[in-house]
Amino acid sequence: MSPRLALDAVAHGYARGRDALRDVSLVIEPGEQVALIGPSGAGKTTLLHTLALALPPTRGHIDWGGRDPWALTSSERHALRRQCFLAPQHPPLPPRQRVVHAVLATRLARGGLWPALRSLLATPREADVRDAFDALAAFRLEDKLWLRCDRLSGGERQRVALARMAVAASPVNLLDEPVSSLDPVLGASALAAVQSDAKARGASLVVSLHDVNLARASFTRLIGLREGQIQFDLPASAVTDERLRELYGAEFGRAMAGVALPEDDADALRLTVSGCA
Amino acid sequence: MTSSAAASDTLRDPLWHQRIGFTVCAALLLIPSLWITEFKPWVFFDEQSLTAGGMFLRSFWPPAHSGDFLVLLAQATWNTIAVATAGVTLALLIAVPGALLGNRALSVSALAHGRMRVIGRAGRGGVRGVLIVLRSVPELVWGLLFVRAVGLGDTAGVLAIALTFGGMIGKVFLEVFESVDRRPAQALLQGGATRLGAFLLGTLPTCAPELVSYLVFRWECAIRSSVILGFVGAGGLGQQMELSMKMLAGGEVIVFLLTFVLLVAVADALSKRLRRWMA
Amino acid sequence: MKETRANPVMPPPPAAAGPRRFALALIAFVALCFGTLRGEWSGLFSLESLRKMAELFAGFVPPATDGDFLQQVAVGFVETLAISVLGTLLAAFAGLAVALPAAGQGARRAVARLVLNALRAVPELVWAALLVIAAGLGPFPGTLALALHTTGVLGRLFADALENTPPDAALALRRNGGGAVAAFCYGTLPTALPQLLSYTLYRWENNIRAAAVLGVVGGGGLGQLLYFHLGLFHFNEAGSVLLAMLVLVACVDVTSDRLRLAVARA
Ligand SMILES: Nc1ncnc2c1ncn2[C@@H]1O[C@H](COP(=O)(O)OP(=O)(O)OP(=O)(O)O)[C@@H](O)[C@H]1O
Ligand SMILES: [Mg+2]
Repeated sequence: MSPRLALDAVAHGYARGRDALRDVSLVIEPGEQVALIGPSGAGKTTLLHTLALALPPTRGHIDWGGRDPWALTSSERHALRRQCFLAPQHPPLPPRQRVVHAVLATRLARGGLWPALRSLLATPREADVRDAFDALAAFRLEDKLWLRCDRLSGGERQRVALARMAVAASPVNLLDEPVSSLDPVLGASALAAVQSDAKARGASLVVSLHDVNLARASFTRLIGLREGQIQFDLPASAVTDERLRELYGAEFGRAMAGVALPEDDADALRLTVSGCA
Repeated sequence: MTSSAAASDTLRDPLWHQRIGFTVCAALLLIPSLWITEFKPWVFFDEQSLTAGGMFLRSFWPPAHSGDFLVLLAQATWNTIAVATAGVTLALLIAVPGALLGNRALSVSALAHGRMRVIGRAGRGGVRGVLIVLRSVPELVWGLLFVRAVGLGDTAGVLAIALTFGGMIGKVFLEVFESVDRRPAQALLQGGATRLGAFLLGTLPTCAPELVSYLVFRWECAIRSSVILGFVGAGGLGQQMELSMKMLAGGEVIVFLLTFVLLVAVADALSKRLRRWMA
Repeated sequence: MKETRANPVMPPPPAAAGPRRFALALIAFVALCFGTLRGEWSGLFSLESLRKMAELFAGFVPPATDGDFLQQVAVGFVETLAISVLGTLLAAFAGLAVALPAAGQGARRAVARLVLNALRAVPELVWAALLVIAAGLGPFPGTLALALHTTGVLGRLFADALENTPPDAALALRRNGGGAVAAFCYGTLPTALPQLLSYTLYRWENNIRAAAVLGVVGGGGLGQLLYFHLGLFHFNEAGSVLLAMLVLVACVDVTSDRLRLAVARA
């Protein structure tokens, strides 16, 4: 069973600049699936990293399955990280690594020395290869199994990083903009694959997304983050356009509706859009 | 007048004093070196050297090719290769753990705090220090010391190579590990990977070809070191060659020299083949 | 979607027989190397020999410090440094001269590469032993020996670097009517120079270690002192020489590191 995660009045400040997270309190129940939305720079990545124990909170308290991770020793905390899978916004794959190894990497690197060595010196175990293949097939990448990562397109790299999640089989899964490089159809199907995998394993899933409609259609709970603070934490049905306008600013409705804009407004929109990139 | 002064100012190379300084430094370095090293190429052309050198050179022909000698040559060559290979293998036992322990990119404490803890920093610094000291002592000096203490067999030659090369290879591996993209390894560490796991699946795939071609290069160097150690009594090609030279047997010397060239060609071919596989 | 991709077939891993066979051969080769070594490991690691080693190292303390001897060490120190500097400099120029044809084409390339390989194949100590026969003992044959071997090493590195230099700048000069020499000096060389300098500095670090031991065959420098005193079992003196060697190597390493950084930044 996945651990219950609770943040209590957590703040995080990077070395320079104002706090990227301020007074954030939330609970992720075991097996829950949550979407994280908010404008660029709102602190989505920072929040996911805080949940993943990559960043210590500067204030506030984290409860990680009933334990305070930052009161533990470094090695005990590292053991907790083994229950947590974080897919960074830009998938870091070594260019010469083959896809099969990239997909198995998290599992092999967490395990003993021998399976990792064996997979590099000879081939991975048959069962491991089968798992990698199945995980890739869920993202329509099964034909890339033996290819090198630097021969993949940007969207394919992103899907390889998602295929890692199924193989890693962690109780907590944190995905940072997992479908940002995918076309709308593929993005929706990839997200569905991730969600059904998490559901089947009873694992929790927190996904940050820029595509609000996708978030509303796929998740039952949405958290809106703006300037480091939680603006709303609501069931999807309660996230109205009005709420989103508050979250993203007044241009939201017009941008989403695709209304023809006067010249100067179009410039403003282009600015906000390039800011998201 | 002022304008011409200004013009000459703008026309003057702003780096002129740097260039002059460089030239002067080079001269200051070069001239005493010539003097200290007694650099007198004409000594080769005085009568005595010409006769000694000429006689030695003439004795190169015909190259020695008696059966006994060829057997001896084969044995000595294999011995030289065996000492070099065993030395590099043991050197790896020093270098790889050293390079992994000294690697700052695999610090778990730096993961969350951006900074290593004191123990981590001190330990990594200590490992680096050991590698640097090991590579500072030439293998021949290790050899000379072992000869005094335990007598110089093959094993002492192997150990001498292992110590010096362990330091050299370790330092270079460390630099390579830290210079490649750290994000894949750190992403794995972030997911609870062990340090070794993060290294094997995050760092190694990127830098393996570089490591392999450096290793082949070092193996080639180790063959030369093994020859040199033979000069102080470790056996192999070096020892045989020293005997031939003492007897001014040029015909044997030339065969040894040709063997060296052949060994280097083999190492080159090997390196090329491996690089093609790893590309 | 499900119907079309029902029962996907897992592709087998691409054949990797070549590398696998090579890895097995390598393991066998290394085992054979260890197997044919003469001499005993047990003898080397026995208590007896460990005690002897400890005794030897204890003998170095305290290092000899009497005035006359220190003067000899100072001379050897400077001589070793001079040998390494001059040997490396000569080799850099000679290496560049041979690298030009070696980076070219046709028969000249093959001949130049062969010459470089031959120079590189013979260790500096062997070159020194050969030259001592003609030029007598002293730092001069040592310097020349170092220069010969290093020419081989640097020449090959230089040739590869020149070949990998983008030819645009030199081509532009050639197209505008410049001569081959001008194109090289103002086109190729400025592009490749930082790389060549950094190779030369790396090699200098290597050569200071080589220069330190050339004395063993009569090539001058600290090595000669060390060999002499170790031969006479003057361990305190040998200790001082060893210390001087370590200091010298450390100094050169630091200097070369700094210079390399400066070259990289310039
Ligand atoms: N390493 C860092 N050092 C300093 N400030 C940072 C760092 N990383 C992020 N920030 C700042 O913290 C704030 C929140 O950043 P974060 O990456 O969490 O935003 P985000 O919501 O993920 O944005 P995006 O949608 O563009 O990915 C931003 O203002 C950003 O500039
Ligand atoms: Mg982000």
